[in-house]
Amino acid sequence: MYAFEIHRPTTVRQAVNLLAKNPEAKLLAGGHSLVPVMKMRLASPSALIDLSKVEGLAGVEVGSRSVTIGAMTRHRDVARSPELHQVMPALASVPDSIGDPHVRNRGTIGGSIANNDPNADYPAACLGLGATIITNKRKIPADEYFQGMFDTALEPDEIITKVSFPIAKKAGYEKFKHPASGFALVGVFVSKRSSEIRVAVTGAGANGVFRATVFEEALKKRFHPKSLDGVTLSTDEMNSDIHAGKDYRAHLVGVMARRALAKAVAG
Amino acid sequence: MSATGIGASVRRKEDFRFITGKGHYTDDISRPGQTYAYFLRSPHAHAKIKRIDKAAAEKMPGVLGVLDGAEMQADKIGNLICGWMIHSKDGSPMKMAPHPALAVGKVCYVGDPVVVVVAETLAQAKDAAEKVVVDYEELPAVVDCAKAKGATQIHEVASDNVIFDWHLGDKAKTDAAFASAKHITKLDIYNNRLAPNAIEPRAAIGEYDTGSESFTLWNTSQNPHVARLVIAAFVGMAPENKLRVIAPDVGGGFGSKIFIYNEEVVALWASKRVGRPVKWTAERSESFLNDAHGRDHATHAEMAFDADGKILGLRAHTVANLGAYMSTFSSSVPTYLYATLLSGQYAIPQIYCEVDAVYTNTAPVDAYRGAGRPEAAFVVERLMEVAARELGVDPADLRRRNFVKSFPHQTPVIMAYDTGDFDASLKKAMELADYKNFGKRKREAERRGKLRGIGFSAYIEACGIAPSQAVGSLGAGVGLWESAEVRVNPTGSVEVLTGSHAHGQGHETTFAQLVSERLGIPIESISIVHGDTDKVQFGMGTYGSRSGAVGMSAIVKALDKVEAKAKKVAAHMMEAAEGDIEFKDGTFTVAGTDKSAAWGDVALNAYIAHKFSGQELEPGLKEGAFYDPANFTFPAGCHICEVEVDPTTGETEIVNWSAVDDFGVVINPMIVEGQVHGGVAQGIGQAMIEHAIYDDNGQPVTGSFMDYAMPRAHNLPSFKVGMTMTKCPSNPLGMKGCGEAGAIAAPAAVINAITDAIGTENIAMPANAATVWAAIQKTQPRAAAE
Repeated sequence: MYAFEIHRPTTVRQAVNLLAKNPEAKLLAGGHSLVPVMKMRLASPSALIDLSKVEGLAGVEVGSRSVTIGAMTRHRDVARSPELHQVMPALASVPDSIGDPHVRNRGTIGGSIANNDPNADYPAACLGLGATIITNKRKIPADEYFQGMFDTALEPDEIITKVSFPIAKKAGYEKFKHPASGFALVGVFVSKRSSEIRVAVTGAGANGVFRATVFEEALKKRFHPKSLDGVTLSTDEMNSDIHAGKDYRAHLVGVMARRALAKAVAG
Repeated sequence: MSATGIGASVRRKEDFRFITGKGHYTDDISRPGQTYAYFLRSPHAHAKIKRIDKAAAEKMPGVLGVLDGAEMQADKIGNLICGWMIHSKDGSPMKMAPHPALAVGKVCYVGDPVVVVVAETLAQAKDAAEKVVVDYEELPAVVDCAKAKGATQIHEVASDNVIFDWHLGDKAKTDAAFASAKHITKLDIYNNRLAPNAIEPRAAIGEYDTGSESFTLWNTSQNPHVARLVIAAFVGMAPENKLRVIAPDVGGGFGSKIFIYNEEVVALWASKRVGRPVKWTAERSESFLNDAHGRDHATHAEMAFDADGKILGLRAHTVANLGAYMSTFSSSVPTYLYATLLSGQYAIPQIYCEVDAVYTNTAPVDAYRGAGRPEAAFVVERLMEVAARELGVDPADLRRRNFVKSFPHQTPVIMAYDTGDFDASLKKAMELADYKNFGKRKREAERRGKLRGIGFSAYIEACGIAPSQAVGSLGAGVGLWESAEVRVNPTGSVEVLTGSHAHGQGHETTFAQLVSERLGIPIESISIVHGDTDKVQFGMGTYGSRSGAVGMSAIVKALDKVEAKAKKVAAHMMEAAEGDIEFKDGTFTVAGTDKSAAWGDVALNAYIAHKFSGQELEPGLKEGAFYDPANFTFPAGCHICEVEVDPTTGETEIVNWSAVDDFGVVINPMIVEGQVHGGVAQGIGQAMIEHAIYDDNGQPVTGSFMDYAMPRAHNLPSFKVGMTMTKCPSNPLGMKGCGEAGAIAAPAAVINAITDAIGTENIAMPANAATVWAAIQKTQPRAAAE
């Protein structure tokens, strides 16, 4: 690890100012992805801006039509929110499947989606529910926010403050864990809200989280696992590595989608 | 049985220290004036070093030395060595290439140490290392052991990259047996490459004292005396009497800390160069690069049967990848620790095995938990299971038909089995596994869409390595006895100095249990001392499940001498004839009288020496012994694995694990069970998820726990552990050894179960979900989707 400065702002405005002044700085919002690469000297930010002291960035708020989660809400707190479990247990199950207790006690939703790891779980939930990412500057629909692996619509001086999820009556998340890291080798989030059907896939794609539109089309006539019979995903856009080839990933997307659907229609 | 004697599940004395953070590991030690070393390593698998420019690095803040291999050679520091000589079929010696601690002229694998930077702080050493410029000329890399022969030459001494082509057994007789066979089972198998991953990374502190002209090395070693011997006699760092090696608390080894590595040699040398103690602690990413890997073995094996399902012969051809350099005991693993166990638990009249060992541009490969014996058990037990399926015989029945039933039994591959009861362990394991109702469970699983399978592994291994004369005749560079010294203090408390070394095994408890049983004193009054060449005179260390059978036998010998001496003292105290003194439960009595003396009184009298003439009897109570075993020991048993495969994903769950082992006499059943659990966990890891992979350019792609899958609790079932017991006849306690059994038994049991479930034999380790799914696709093209 190289030497760096650390700042602990208490307001979003202070954090934004620090970010403007230190173009090489990184926001610290859990640190379970950032700190390991810093330790290996693969990242060398001049400063870390720790968001943990910023007021008003953490918490789960359940409204009548949406759930709003503060950017600095820890995975554990989302997973254990009784209010969230009442209205949308599928969303609560997403952070519950991340990493281990250490990670869930430190990692945050804002950190996860700002990093947009192609195997992370939260991007699937955001895209699979059509969430809105709210920053200090604007509101970004999930469909526009995720722009490929480790790439987002965020501007250099933009900070995520919260994420708003519309409440879907039917939703489910199913994840096939990577044998070593526990990240999503393939994760599929499905939801149905009035006529809007979404199937979002993480882990499998060669370019990060994406919507499986062939599945969404097939589910329009009936939102049920059976509707996916005979529907397969092209292997072209799949990632391939030592842990899973394109064909296996494409196949797993189908299996996870059916399992997620089974949960969604059962719940 | 006393509460702390042999056979009692005494809680581990050392655990309070370990789990409260009070252990003293190498990295916990700081020496006055300590500096830090950072190694600049090769980023290439195979390259010539054209130029090393250290000028800029030397000017960096805090830098005390930027040192390379040429300077090491100039200081006459020798190469690392492999200490077990193997000869090829034509009688030529193995082709051991020079293995400098810092590369000279070329690098042979990613991670090969090239330059060491010593600085006031680790960060300064790392900063300076970034300023070192090394010009490389890349060469083609050799990675796959099957393709190594005749590929780009790696070392001058081995023109075709073959280190030796060795064989064991009678080829002509074995071929004749095959010619008469009614059935031949053939199998191609691969023992995957594994990264050992002890919880404590390797570390070393080198310190040179100019006044006494002597070195001290603190390191994470399983055998500090052997490290001292090699570093003194072969590397030439210092005479043996000027080198002290201390291996304090060590956090796991699994074989990987047996070997003498580059970094500890460099830390010693650099400490003299810079005139300050030099500390190096591996980061986990360095452990993945440089700790000697295990296995990486490709084998074609065949087994011949007669019409009654009796085995007529076994033949195998193995290619063993030894990596870029020959690590300390690498040559012994795919030869005498492997082919000698190919008879398994069976009476096999003829066995012939050929082994080609090759260099590749990968990390050196050496002993890892089981070392050769898991490979042998995998060959034999996979062949048996596949043969049973091909012959349409119950796999238990085929094994029973072929078990060795009378002892001693001379196999055609050196080993003479001394005792065992293979029927008993098979029977007990089948009971534990509820084998007779497996069909019912399989049908029930089918209704849930799951494929259920069951697999056996009736393994045998050779432990307690070993009679020194025997291993000497097979090429070992050292004898494999063990030493012990029992020091009785005047108050009766006892220190036992042992040449064994504990790095997780619990010697401080089990060795003390032996002494408690023998002397009848509380376990708290007994301390076990190990791991310091200034305290323990010599020892061979701990590996190969040898410390019970060999290390404790040495303690027994020393205790015998202590008891004999103490009886003499007691005789003087009680004015009785020495022959009339009896010793039991910590009390000396005179036969036929009510006279008695407690252990503590006798110990005190041995030291105050008031009751006997010093001319007649030496004062004091301290005895030492060396124990050289008469034979290997042969732990054996039967493990049965039951799995459920989800055909939609290939995910495999182990739903039942029944382990029945015969370890001979057991000192502490709780610790032994723990050893079985740990061994099985590592064996399951090998069978299902672990794999150290290099890409075609020799770049490691499993360089962290993000890509190298270690077994975790959710990968493992609750084990059912049972035991049978036949006493080992060759050592005084009747012990066989338990540390590696699980890792030896498990892979074959897992793969036999998975292949039973999915109906194809064609599956490679690790049989992870992706591999199992792909295998199912080939056998059942229309595997049910949900």
